[in-house]
Amino acid sequence: MSKLGLDQEVVAKARRLAARAAEPIIEMARTHTTVSVERAVLRLAGVTGADADGTPWVNRIVDAVRAQVGLERGIALPVFHALREHQDPRELVRARFEVPAGAQAVRAGKRAREAVARGIARIDANRADRDRLLGKHGNPDMPWIYLIVATGDIYEDIPQAQAAAREGADVIAVIRSTGQSLLDFVPEGATRQGYAGTYATQENFRLMRAALDEVSGELGRYVRLTNYASGLCMPEIATLAGLERLDMMLNDCMYGIIFRDINPKRTFIDQRFSRQIHARAGIVINTGEDNYLTTADAVDAAHTVIASQLLNERFGHEAGLSDAQLGLGHAFEINPDLPDSFRLELAHAQLVRELFPDAPLKYMPPTKHMTGNIFAGYLLDAFFNLAGVLTGQSIILIGMMTEGIHTPWLSDRDLALENVRYVRRAAGALAEDFHPAPGGFTVERARQVLSETVDLLGRVADDGLLTAIADGTFGVTRRPADRGKGLDGVIEQADGYYNPATEILEERP
Amino acid sequence: MTISVDTIKQIIRPYGDTTGDAMVQVSFTLPVPQGPRAESAALQLAGKMGLEPASVVHTKAMGPDFTFFIVYGKVTHLIDYAGIVVPEGREYELLTPQQVNLAIRSVLGRKLVVVGACIGTDAHTVGIDAILNVKGFAGEKGLEYYREIEVHNLGAQVEVDELVAHAKDANADAVLVSQVVTQKSAHIHNTKQMAGAFTDAYPTSLTGGLGRPLLVVGGPRFDTVSPSDLGVDRIFGKGTTPGEVASYLVAALIPTWSPA
Repeated sequence: MSKLGLDQEVVAKARRLAARAAEPIIEMARTHTTVSVERAVLRLAGVTGADADGTPWVNRIVDAVRAQVGLERGIALPVFHALREHQDPRELVRARFEVPAGAQAVRAGKRAREAVARGIARIDANRADRDRLLGKHGNPDMPWIYLIVATGDIYEDIPQAQAAAREGADVIAVIRSTGQSLLDFVPEGATRQGYAGTYATQENFRLMRAALDEVSGELGRYVRLTNYASGLCMPEIATLAGLERLDMMLNDCMYGIIFRDINPKRTFIDQRFSRQIHARAGIVINTGEDNYLTTADAVDAAHTVIASQLLNERFGHEAGLSDAQLGLGHAFEINPDLPDSFRLELAHAQLVRELFPDAPLKYMPPTKHMTGNIFAGYLLDAFFNLAGVLTGQSIILIGMMTEGIHTPWLSDRDLALENVRYVRRAAGALAEDFHPAPGGFTVERARQVLSETVDLLGRVADDGLLTAIADGTFGVTRRPADRGKGLDGVIEQADGYYNPATEILEERP
Repeated sequence: MTISVDTIKQIIRPYGDTTGDAMVQVSFTLPVPQGPRAESAALQLAGKMGLEPASVVHTKAMGPDFTFFIVYGKVTHLIDYAGIVVPEGREYELLTPQQVNLAIRSVLGRKLVVVGACIGTDAHTVGIDAILNVKGFAGEKGLEYYREIEVHNLGAQVEVDELVAHAKDANADAVLVSQVVTQKSAHIHNTKQMAGAFTDAYPTSLTGGLGRPLLVVGGPRFDTVSPSDLGVDRIFGKGTTPGEVASYLVAALIPTWSPA
């Protein structure tokens, strides 16, 4: 039931425009591959480990194949053809590769598919395990409380994450080391040194998931684990998340482009594959629209958030994600000095809720207007919590009054949880009493943002999404399609391109 | 020595609600279970911090192993305000992005062009990216976020010749170079080589910003050298934020502008 009385015709039009804007990008992603997509295929096929310099074998093999025969037909055929003679990755990197043809290609393709299918079977088994553990430990009611740990050392992160879970967190996110998104390889092993975060590695994923399984049993509720499928290795990190039963992944369609200057084509191709993996793994993605509001003004740019959510939804659906896997992001970032700032926040949050009724929306706390005045920050966080209750948000990232000062202390987290608990207890089911007056400020504001969204999506659909990104439409930053990091890792598929992972993922769940 | 009334007036204490009451509040966590013993420990800590008398007004168990305290107390320390020397601070004023943009727009009347790179064999772009990427560092947006700054981030392992050529091409106002790898003093050699190349490429230049781009180098291990040793205009160390760099660029390149 709409509290805002949204015109469903306008909503349908916005979706049609988003689909039209997304279509050329989807077509591009279908017809191209990247070095990271191909490395993800090898990871699914069971290639693990790194050489003595720490370069993963998947990178060595993909680079060797690319240098000898190119990647236009994919990694699977040349590698599985060469595997007749070389089993060990250490030998494989020195192999002479060729792209097999005829019966040899059929044989190599079959073996590649079998190997990749084993990786996907492990992802399927993890999904079944999650369902089983949700039944056994219990699935917490929404909204889920989402807390962050970020020490840089996985062995420090573990007790902190367990403590956060005991304090009430339903979701633990391990922040990644600064700059990992720009690494064109995934580091190996358990890591103890990061910058303002901990490296995403398969072993770190495994250690943290095991630690949270332990605490889930103790608490009688399944504690979810989140990481970041973003940056140059998005497809591989998504794959590792599926292999190690992570539960949610940050995975935005444009974040890396805008905030990390990663090439737009690279990002969209990598993203499609990573979302196909997430869809299969039952992973909830979290999109990053909240970030736009840290650069652009939260009132002026409100419609860019909605436009991006509709694009993320379209790209997500196309890749196989269900509505229940679309953790679309938005944020409470309006300048508190503005008159009616809270009503504006409510209008935006309720609009998102009604546009995506079945999506587990991720609502982000204030960051931009948090100052060193922790007392004022605590108050602002309480209003954020109230907005979340009133508008039925699903995943609440808990605001810290020390935001922007330091990574949260134990006491910061505890006070933040006290804040959200009070607001929830005091407000109860207040959402059922929240009915903005028809024709009033809140309803009109939501209508205006939706109408601006339709205008924007119309322009994006006409001019092309890549042009819109190049013009700085999202997050005010201009990103031309032929610039940015990772473009040299983009390869157009040739006739006979074979990717067993995509083949399996597109068949059926 | 005579004690003047003025001097006496300069002795200050914290102010709660009465002059000289010396009241302060602190909050902290101790890694012990909640209870009377924990509270005594908190009071002892307050005493050692100079709070006498002190009172614990709030304690809360945070899990089985930690306790949070809010403590009020009268601080026993006195501050001789007359003896406080105003800190020298950085040689340039810290500006907001809006002020930086305004300075560039109103004085230069065009975008300020910054070319950044990791030079030589150094592939560690964490530093340069933290300064240049919109994402930024320590809660501050990078230079790309500044509307009036045009950023060319050339990335890792850029040859010095390439950097000079790009700087000339782009008509760079400043060149930012990040150097993390210090094996065999590579960071020093690379930087000197870079500075030499710019001197050669701009033979008529007087100094940074006059006839050639300002040369700025950053990295965690430049603490033993001075800018003139390296032939650059400024060195930034560990923990530098984009706002500091932007403010420095305004101070160095637009010295006539002031936020007032």
